[in-house]
This record gives sequence, C-alpha cells and structure tokens, in this order.
Amino acid sequence: MTIGPPRIVFDKVSVRFDTPAGGRMHVVDDVSYQIHDREFVSVIGPSGCGKTTMMNIVAGFMQPTTGTVTLDGQPINSPGPDRGVIFQEYGVFPWLSVKENIAFGLNLRANRTSADEREAVCQRYMQLMGLSDFADAWPRMLSGGMRQRLALARAYAVKPQFLLMDEPFGALDAQTRTAMQDLLLGVLATEGKTVMLITHSVEEAVYLSNRIIVMTARPTRIREIIEVPFSYPRSEGLHESKEFGDLRAHVRGLVMQEYAQQAKQR
Amino acid sequence: MRRAALILAPWLALLAGWYGIHHSGFVNPALVPTPHEVAARFVELMGSRLPMDILMSTQRVFLGVLCGIALAVPVGFVLGWYKTIRTFIDPLINFFRALPPIALIPLVIVYFGVDELAKVVILFYASFFAGVIVMYEGISQISPIYVRVARTLGATDGEIFRKVIIPLAVPHMLTALRVALGVAWATLVASELIAAQQGLGALIQNAGSFFQLDIIYVGIICIGFIALLMDLGLRVLARRFVSWQERIA
Repeated sequence: MTIGPPRIVFDKVSVRFDTPAGGRMHVVDDVSYQIHDREFVSVIGPSGCGKTTMMNIVAGFMQPTTGTVTLDGQPINSPGPDRGVIFQEYGVFPWLSVKENIAFGLNLRANRTSADEREAVCQRYMQLMGLSDFADAWPRMLSGGMRQRLALARAYAVKPQFLLMDEPFGALDAQTRTAMQDLLLGVLATEGKTVMLITHSVEEAVYLSNRIIVMTARPTRIREIIEVPFSYPRSEGLHESKEFGDLRAHVRGLVMQEYAQQAKQR
Repeated sequence: MRRAALILAPWLALLAGWYGIHHSGFVNPALVPTPHEVAARFVELMGSRLPMDILMSTQRVFLGVLCGIALAVPVGFVLGWYKTIRTFIDPLINFFRALPPIALIPLVIVYFGVDELAKVVILFYASFFAGVIVMYEGISQISPIYVRVARTLGATDGEIFRKVIIPLAVPHMLTALRVALGVAWATLVASELIAAQQGLGALIQNAGSFFQLDIIYVGIICIGFIALLMDLGLRVLARRFVSWQERIA
C-alpha cells in the first residue's frame, strides 16, 4: 500500500457531553491528526476513552464541540456511502437473507445499479467472504464470524473509499479473529481503501496498521503516534518476529500506563 | 402421531376432570352438566340460534379489533419511536387502560345508544389499549443500530422508514393484533350486556336468567374455541410474514 495525501483531518477536536446527572463530561481534548489516502490507522486506548466518539464524528453521526473534522477539506455533516462503517455489534439486518443484506445498499437511490451489476457484486462478495452456500439463509443461523463477514460484505458492496471499524473483531474467538484479520488485509490489498480501526487489541493494531494512534485516558488526548515499519502483504509469521514483539511491547506499555491512569482517576 | 397425542392429551385430561367433578359427589351433579349433555345441547342449538350468535359475536369482535388496531398501530408506533412524546402520553394511556370496559357501559349507552355501534365501541376500546401497549413496547425496543447502518449505506429518511422500520415493526403489529383479539373476545360478554338479542354473550346471559347451565357452557366453550382458532390462524400468518424471527412471541 502506498500512502497518499491527507484525507481525514482532525484539527483541534474537543468533545464534551451533557451527562444525565446534569454535568458536562469532557471526552476528547484538543486532538489533531491526519489519516492519509490508503492508510490503515488504528486508534487504541483504554475503554471508554472516547475512541468511538472520534469514529462517530468521521461517520457523520455527531459533531465535535470545538475544532473541525474534514474529509477531503469538506466538513462532515452526515453519514454517507463513501464511508463504510463496521459496528461492534455488526448490525446485520435480521429480516433479510444473507444475499439481501449485501444487496441492501445497492437498492438504495444513493447507489442504485442495474440488476446484473447488483447480482455480480453480491456473488463476488459472498464468494470472497465464504458466504456463497448461505445466500438464502437468515442471519440468525450464522455464526459470529459469518455475521461479521456479512457486515463487511454489505459495507464493501457500495464501494466506500473509507472503512471505519469499531472493535469489529472484539466478539470473535482468537482463531476466527486471526482469520478475519487476514481476510481484511487480503481484501484491502485488492481494493485499496483508507481505514480507521478502533481496537483494544495491541496485537491487532500492530499486525494490521500503517500507523497506531495511542490515546490517553479520558479526556482523551494523543499519547503517541507510532509508525509501523512492516511492509504489506503481511502474514501470520510476522507475529513471531523480534521487531513485531518489540513494537508490541512498546505499544502495550503505553496502553497499560493509560489504563493505570484511568484506574487512578476513578 | 406422537405430536397429535401430545396435543390431545391435555384436552382429554380436562374432559376426564370434568366427568370426575360431576360424579365425585362433592358437588350437586345438577349444577355441573356433563360434557355429553353440553355436546347434545350444542348440536341442538346449532340447528337453531347458535350460528347467528356466533356470526354476530365474531362480526363485533372483528370490527372492534379492526378499528382498535388501525388506530393502535400508528399511535403505538409514534409513542414507541419518539421517547419524548411517550413520556407525556404514557400516564394517560395507563389511566385509560386501567378502566374496565364494563364500567364504561352506562356512558357508552348514553353517548352511542344501544345498537351495534355501542357494542363495537366497547370492543374497540378494549382492543385499542391492549394493542397500543404491545405496539409501543415493541417499537421502543428496536435497536437504533439498524437505522445507523442504513444511514451509513446512504439511505434517505424515506428509505429507512420503508426498508428498515416497517420490516422491524411488522412482528410487533402481528403480536398487537393477537393480544387485541384475545382481549376483545374476553370483553365480548361485557359488550353484549348492552341490549344484545344475539351473540354468544347474549346467549350466556339469557341462559343465566333461566338457569340453563348447559347452554352457558356451550356459550363459554364456543368463545374459547373461536378465540383459539383465530389465534392459530394469526400464528400461521405470522410465521409466513416474519419467518426471519426465531420464534413468534
């Protein structure tokens, strides 16, 4: 993957929420960073620190209290099919079959295509995600990993330029998780997208990303931005290398410090 | 075969219990007509007034539920979807829901007379409040994640309503319909207190005045069975419409 010009730009972003108790909670504090074209950026930090809040701003679900987030220089006002979002809880539509889930976006006015094209896209992603045998199955019959792949296929079908992923593999067992990471890298290698991944897993962040942004405990600031030097394509063996281990230890150290900090605040 | 036996077993046990009570000596046998006496009376009445009673009662229940649900679905939907509206309207709904329809009968007679309309109004009242609660409880539990996903895929508000909210609302509509139908049958006898000449409720009340216990049993059993059949019909319908659900509540 080659890195292009900045596309998503956080400029002095702060977020404060009104709490139900009537107070103000400071969630994000003066955060600035850039995500470049075709870059894979992971955001890691203690739970509840405001990572998801930052993703929600990029997705278009909320606005920062102060500062700006721009996409190709334009402020973000609403969600759109240019930004595919993978939620922690998948959000696979239970009333649609696997194939209808994938076709959902293609049937919307925003990205309507011909029936032939739609069929081709469905077939392609069902095959890629190993769902071809389950085209007419209801989502409730699928395993967690398959639902996750379905959510990915549905997001990919409308050809987003960005993928915003919030703990996408958090609920999966270790083996499925590794398989899903490799599948993601494989798809990205052919389709080249810009990715923002929210994760708790240091291992996952180091394995997948070009850059890792380590956030502090709430109100969250940038603790450190780490360049990951390994070239793509990456494979399983990378986990065993010394460089990988060193980087993982470094990132884990930072994250653990922030967890300790958070525990002290409570 | 096994399944049929399992379905029949509780009914047969009920019949056996019924005979048992009749012959037990604990109660005066004259106060508990036997099942075969009731069955004989049923056959006899089928040759005279019973078909018309069933028709009239079913028609009233149908009209009452139809109107009740026609209003309960949109109202329940709005209350379920908009939490702020719910906060203000909820106490009102619970106030009216607690009023027994039978207590309203004098007022209904004053405002709507003693004709068909009055009876249907009672059934409408009962089915609306039963339906609206089921509907809004169901809608309020719909996860907002589906709407968010649809938005990220580029759906407009109209598309979200048609392609996400309606499919999620259908199971709750069917449940509301089932509950309303049950409540309407349960309220039928009360509604037919209003000067009804025909209907299962009227049949029961007339028989009561003449101490015709076997006819009372015929009327009660007819109500139970018609309600059961309608519920089964709705379940079949539900299974068809919402086969994506694990099971129908």
